[in-house]
Amino acid sequence: MSVLVDLFTCLSVAAGAFFYLAGSVGLLRFPDAYTRLHALTKADNLGLALVVLGLLPQMGGVLAGLKLVVIWLLVLFSSAAVSQLIARAARRREAGA
Amino acid sequence: MTIVVNSGVVFLLLALALWTVVAREAFLAIVGFVAYGLLLALVWVSLSGIDVALTEAAIGGGLTGALLIGAAARLRATETEARAQACGRPTRVLALVVSAAVAVALALCVLVLPDPAPTLAHEVAADIDATGVGNPITAVLLAFRAVDTLLEALVLVIALIGVWSLTPDGFWGGRPGMRHRANPDGIFGYFARVLPPIGVIVGIYIFWTGADHPGGKFQGATILATMWMLVLMAGLADAPPIGRRWLRIGLVVGPLVFIAIGLAGVLVPGAFLAYPAGFAKPLIIAIEVALMPTLVLILGLLLAGAPERGARP
Repeated sequence: MSVLVDLFTCLSVAAGAFFYLAGSVGLLRFPDAYTRLHALTKADNLGLALVVLGLLPQMGGVLAGLKLVVIWLLVLFSSAAVSQLIARAARRREAGA
Repeated sequence: MTIVVNSGVVFLLLALALWTVVAREAFLAIVGFVAYGLLLALVWVSLSGIDVALTEAAIGGGLTGALLIGAAARLRATETEARAQACGRPTRVLALVVSAAVAVALALCVLVLPDPAPTLAHEVAADIDATGVGNPITAVLLAFRAVDTLLEALVLVIALIGVWSLTPDGFWGGRPGMRHRANPDGIFGYFARVLPPIGVIVGIYIFWTGADHPGGKFQGATILATMWMLVLMAGLADAPPIGRRWLRIGLVVGPLVFIAIGLAGVLVPGAFLAYPAGFAKPLIIAIEVALMPTLVLILGLLLAGAPERGARP
């Protein structure tokens, strides 16, 4: 059973790391601010979700697990809001230029 | 495997440090500095220095980064001009040589340290029960080396006075910074309404848990000050005029309580900042609770800057 749990953790964290990698590649390769934001926020939120999901069975307590989920939700919330603000600033700069 | 990860982190740290030094624009250098601070916090975590990591992330990367971005925004107009007056190649080469020499000297000093390095950790571990707190860092900061913490708080008050001294004469006693306006129904207004309740709870938790676990007043106060800044920047509230009586009292209450308890220590156990036996824990809590509003106000007002308008909203 614990081997299965460890395997689940490995797979989930590795999948999360893959999304981070994809997001970083997108950040470096995509042509403008909007598509880069798209790559970053989508990939990082899903990547962090998979990392958190993979670590949950290893936490050894409901409270510690809940803290992990709260961290994920807070990152989700702030990155969603901040990417909106960055996109809006980019559009304003385009309109001004 | 660990050595691969560690070498990678060290390489990234050095690269970010180099980037911060050589970046042409102040803003780019600050971005590098903030990333450097966050990475350094991860290094402290892997060295089991959770308290240092929290402080580095909150103050080193976060708060200092915000202060520097504010400074860079003010300097942007004159940046090209300042770069034109930059010193010539010989001076810069000399600066490079001197900095490299200092770095090498420091590295050599670290390498010749006796192993194990001289430490007072055993004395702290032996006497920590007398303080009533469980986190050795808090015991050191508020019992064994309380005078350092007192001076730290005083330095912050003096730093704020330094910022306020830049106030134009006409605005003395006025409100710091610009009045921010954002659409209250926009995304930023929403963000600034939803996050502060959570942030306040996290800040107070970090402050309270500092007695027995990593955390403490500085980290907690930084989070609370950040939440305050968020509300100000979203235009949901205005910064208070710096002449307000409650504000001035809040700014000095922490150091005053600290000094009063220190002086009381001269009378009873017989030394400045000595706590009477059995009263250490309540006195430490009293000092920390009194320091909390002082730190939140100072950190927030440092970010808000010098007054730029009158006391009326």
